[in-house]
Amino acid sequence: MNDRVLRLVNVGKTFGRHRALADVSLAFVPGRVAAVLGPNGAGKSTLLGLLSTLSQPSQGRITLGDEELSRHSPIRASIGYVGHEPGVYGDLSARQNLRLFASLYGLANAERCIDEMLARVGLEGVRSEAAARTFSRGMLQRLALARALLHAPEILLFDEPGAALDPAGAAWLAGELQREREAGRLVVLVTHDLAAAAAIATHVVVLRRGRVARDQTRASFSADELRAIYEEATRGKA
Amino acid sequence: MARRSWISQAACIAWKDLHIEGRSREVLYTMGFMAALVVLVFSFAFISGQETTVGPDAVAGILWVAVLFSGTVALSRTFDRERESEAIRSLLLSPVPRSAIYAGKLVATAAIMFLVELLLAPLLAALFSAGIMPHVLWLGLLLLLGTIGFCSVGVIFSAALLRARSRDALLGALLFPIVIPVLLAASRATAYLLDPTAPDLDPALFWTRFLAALDVVFVVVGLWSFEPVVMGE
Amino acid sequence: MLATMPSARRSSASFLAGIAATLVGFLLVPLLVANAPLEKTMGVVQKIFYFHVPCAWLLMLSTFVCAGGSLAYLFAGSERGDRLALCSAELGVLFGLCVMVTGPLWARAAWGVFWTWDVRLTSSLMLWLMLIAYRLARRYGGAGGRRLAAAMALFAAADVPLVYLSVNFWRGLHPNTKTVSSLAPGMRLPFFTSLLIFSALWGVLLALRMRVERAHSRLAELAIAVEDAEEESL
Repeated sequence: MNDRVLRLVNVGKTFGRHRALADVSLAFVPGRVAAVLGPNGAGKSTLLGLLSTLSQPSQGRITLGDEELSRHSPIRASIGYVGHEPGVYGDLSARQNLRLFASLYGLANAERCIDEMLARVGLEGVRSEAAARTFSRGMLQRLALARALLHAPEILLFDEPGAALDPAGAAWLAGELQREREAGRLVVLVTHDLAAAAAIATHVVVLRRGRVARDQTRASFSADELRAIYEEATRGKA
Repeated sequence: MARRSWISQAACIAWKDLHIEGRSREVLYTMGFMAALVVLVFSFAFISGQETTVGPDAVAGILWVAVLFSGTVALSRTFDRERESEAIRSLLLSPVPRSAIYAGKLVATAAIMFLVELLLAPLLAALFSAGIMPHVLWLGLLLLLGTIGFCSVGVIFSAALLRARSRDALLGALLFPIVIPVLLAASRATAYLLDPTAPDLDPALFWTRFLAALDVVFVVVGLWSFEPVVMGE
Repeated sequence: MLATMPSARRSSASFLAGIAATLVGFLLVPLLVANAPLEKTMGVVQKIFYFHVPCAWLLMLSTFVCAGGSLAYLFAGSERGDRLALCSAELGVLFGLCVMVTGPLWARAAWGVFWTWDVRLTSSLMLWLMLIAYRLARRYGGAGGRRLAAAMALFAAADVPLVYLSVNFWRGLHPNTKTVSSLAPGMRLPFFTSLLIFSALWGVLLALRMRVERAHSRLAELAIAVEDAEEESL
C-alpha cells in the first residue's frame, strides 16, 4: 500500500441553479476511516461522485498524491466504490460478475483473487454460481463489496452501504471496513448511521448545505461524542 | 497490473451482454415477436382481396420498418440491464476507455438484432412470396450494415437517456430522424435485390456502398462522442 | 442588470446596428423583389423563391452552427457553445417551418401538388426533423438531455451531406436544375439581397435569444451568490 493523500482544495460543484458543494477543502489520509455526515441534501453524495471521478468539480481541484483526479486518469483503477445499489449484473452469477470486472481491470491470476474474495465475503461454493438476481439484499451487498475490493484499490468509497442491511449484515460490513483500514487503505464512508460511524471512524467530516461544517480527527469517537459533534455542526436551520 | 488491450476490453463487454442474453433470451423473444407483429400488421393493412403479395418496394419497406421498431425495443432493453442495480456505474468506474464500452455495447446489440433479422427475412419471403434466394448473401450483408448503422447511433442515445424519465418514448422520437438515411439506403437496396424485373443491380450496389460509408461516419462520430456524452455533469 | 455590464453595453451597440440594417433591408427587399423580372413559366408564383430559399439556407446554417456550439460544449465544456447550439437549433426549427410552409405553396402552384419528394425539400424536411428532435431532447431528456442533444447535433451535421446525397440519388430521376447559377441576371440582385437580409435577421434573432439565455445563467449565478451571502451572514 502506498501513502498518497486524497486532497480537495476549494472544491465547488454547481448543477444549474443549485450549488451542491461550495469551497470544500479536505484531506483524506490512508489508514483512516473518514465518516462524512450531514443532513439530506448537504452534498455528501455529490462529494462521493467527485471523489469517484464520475463527475468533475465546477471549481477547485482534487488530487491524489501529486496526481490530479480526472476522468481520463488511470487513477480510476485505484478506486473501489460501494453504493446503496450493488452495481452488479443480476443475470450473471457472483463468480461471473467478478470475472467480468477482473478482466476489465486487467487482473493477473484473476481466478485465485476471485476465489479468495468469494470466500472472504461468504459467497463461496454453490452460492457463487447462482444468478445475482436471486440473492438477498445482504448477499448482494457482499457481492458489491467483493467487486469493489477485487482490484485491491487504494481508495475505498462507500455511499450508505449499510442502508439496506440487517444488524448482523451491518456488523459484518463494519468489520470488513475495519480490516481495510488496518490494511492501510483510505476509506471514505458516507452515512446517516452515527452509531455505525462511531464504531470505526477516526476522521469525521460534517457537511451542511454544501459546506464543511466540521472536520475533526481523533483516535476514536464514541457514539455520544459523534452525536454531539453532529448536532453542534448542523444546529440552526438545516 | 496487466493492461488489457482496447479490443479485449470491448470484447469483454460485448461477451457479457451476449452471455446475459443467451441466458434469458428476453430481448431475442420480445424483439422477434415485435418484429413479426409489425410485419403482420402491415400485411393486414396492405393485402386485400385476391392479392397475395405487394411490390418489392413495399416488402423492403416493411422489412426495414420492422427492424427499426423492434431494434428500438432491443436497445432500450439492453440498456435497462445496465440501469438495474446501477451496473453502469461499475462499468464507468472501471479503467476501461469509454469508447471500448461503446464498441462492446454496439457489437452486442447489433449481434442480437441481426439474429432476429435472420429469422425475419424468411418470414417476409414466405408471407409475400418475395424472392430472397437469388441474392441471399447480399441481403444478409445489407441487414448487417443497416443494423450497425442503426445501433451506432442508438447505443449513444440509449446510454444518454438512461436517467431520463420518459426514455422509452423519447428513444424512437430522437433516433429515427437521425437514422433516416440508413433506412433510405437499406430499403432502396433491398427493394432492388428483391425485384426480379430489375434490369441491373447497379443501384443496389450504390446503396450498399452508401450504407457502408454511412456506417463508417456514424461509428466514428459515435466512438468519438460517447465519452463526453455519458460522463456525468 | 445586464445593462450595467460593459460587455453587454458593447454588444448592445452592434445589436442595434444589426436591427437597423435588418429594418432597412426589409424596406428594400420587397421593392427589389417586386421589380425583379417575372419568370417565364411560373410567373408571379416564382417570387416565393426569394423567401423560400433564404429560409432553407438558414435552416442549414442553423444546423451547422448548432453542431459547432455542441462540439465546443461536449469537448471543451463551453457553456457559451451550449447556449449557441440551443438558440440556433430553435431558429433552425423556426426557419424550417417557413421552408415547410412555402415549399408546398410553391409546389402547388408549379406542379399542382402540395408535396413533391424533391431533393432539396426532402433534405430540408430531414434537417428540420433533426432540429425538432434536438429540441425535444433538451426539453425532456432529463439529466443527460443536454449532452444527448449535443451528440444529436453532431450526428445531424454529419448527416447533412449524406442526406443530400442519398435523397439526390433516391429521387435522381427528376430533372434537377441548378437553380441559383441559372438565375436570370435581373433576379440575382434581389435574390442575394434577400439572402443577405434574411441572414442578418437570423443573426439579430440569434443575438436576442442568446441574450435571454445568458440572462438565465446570470440569474442562476446571482441566485447562488445570494445563497452564499446568506450563508456567510449566519
